[in-house]
Amino acid sequence: MSSEPFLVLSVLLFTIGALGVLVRRNAIVVFMCVELMLNAANLAFVTFARQHGNLDGQVAAFFVMVVAAAEVVIGLAIIVTIFRTRRSASVDDASLLKY
Amino acid sequence: MIAFWILAPIMVAAALGMVLVRKAVHSAMLLAVVMVSLAILYAVLDAPFLFVVQIIVYTGAVLMLFLFVLMLVGVDSADSLVETIKGQRALGATAALLVGVVLVVVASQAVVGSAAGLAGPNLDGNVQGLADLLFSKYVFAFEVTSALLITAALGAMVLAHRERLTPKPTQRDRAQQRVRDYADSGKHLGPLAPPGVYARHNAVDTPALLPDGSVAGESVSRTLKARGTVRQAPAIARTPGLDDDGSQTGRVTGNDASRPSAETGGDQ
Repeated sequence: MSSEPFLVLSVLLFTIGALGVLVRRNAIVVFMCVELMLNAANLAFVTFARQHGNLDGQVAAFFVMVVAAAEVVIGLAIIVTIFRTRRSASVDDASLLKY
Repeated sequence: MIAFWILAPIMVAAALGMVLVRKAVHSAMLLAVVMVSLAILYAVLDAPFLFVVQIIVYTGAVLMLFLFVLMLVGVDSADSLVETIKGQRALGATAALLVGVVLVVVASQAVVGSAAGLAGPNLDGNVQGLADLLFSKYVFAFEVTSALLITAALGAMVLAHRERLTPKPTQRDRAQQRVRDYADSGKHLGPLAPPGVYARHNAVDTPALLPDGSVAGESVSRTLKARGTVRQAPAIARTPGLDDDGSQTGRVTGNDASRPSAETGGDQ
């Protein structure tokens, strides 16, 4: 069982996540795409842990999960706050700092 | 490896669907598919602890949080199709494609030699091995993580908290406001009309009919209207005087055919 297919899958998922971040407007969907990118990175970590035969990669993936959980909490709270004041979940509407 | 070749196409398809699908709830569901498949891949890759954590933390907690926020933000928050920056979608798709090509080329050449495997480190069990690392080599990062989690909890509380700027309206205030509205604009004082009750449909998505046969607009929930799942009352309560498809305006024109017919069993 070689590692290349897992790496290619992780890269594909990362790219799809990046595509979603670039083209979608709904802040929640953009956020889900960021989560997809983090998950893709985790898959690469776990694959390399197996490739190198030590558990450091799995520990790194674990830390990424912790940070992602904290990030989701704060990010969704920000989205809810913006939605409350502006009645919109679109990333293009939050442009007050421009003016 | 069989699990990989079954799951990989599903994951890529679900991820693509997540980006392309219009409704955010469907995106969340497709993300759940990707995450559960990823958990199975972790099990294949000799990471049983991460398999469990992925299912509990990601599919159980993070996705539920996404669904809660989707519920708060509402179902009628569709993506706007107007481009703020001209040609941003095409540019973004091109950039993503280029990044993808580069990364695939790099990733497919990155690994030299066969995998060392985790039989050695997992000898005492995967969880024990991870705990050994976490509490020796990575103990500082582990402790800092606790500070991060506390900060996140505090931040969520601060962001979600809202100071009340106006006094809370009491029941008396509401009643007075209602009567004032009635005096000013003639808005109905009482409760909203209930949904229609027919012989074959009495669900909340069927509007009630007024005595002249027109649809009582307030009798169906605003959310159902936003979703576009409201039934056409004339289609249910079909009148003998009208065509088979009823009137698409949602109004039954009423001469003597203003009452729903016995043919469809309508009785209201």
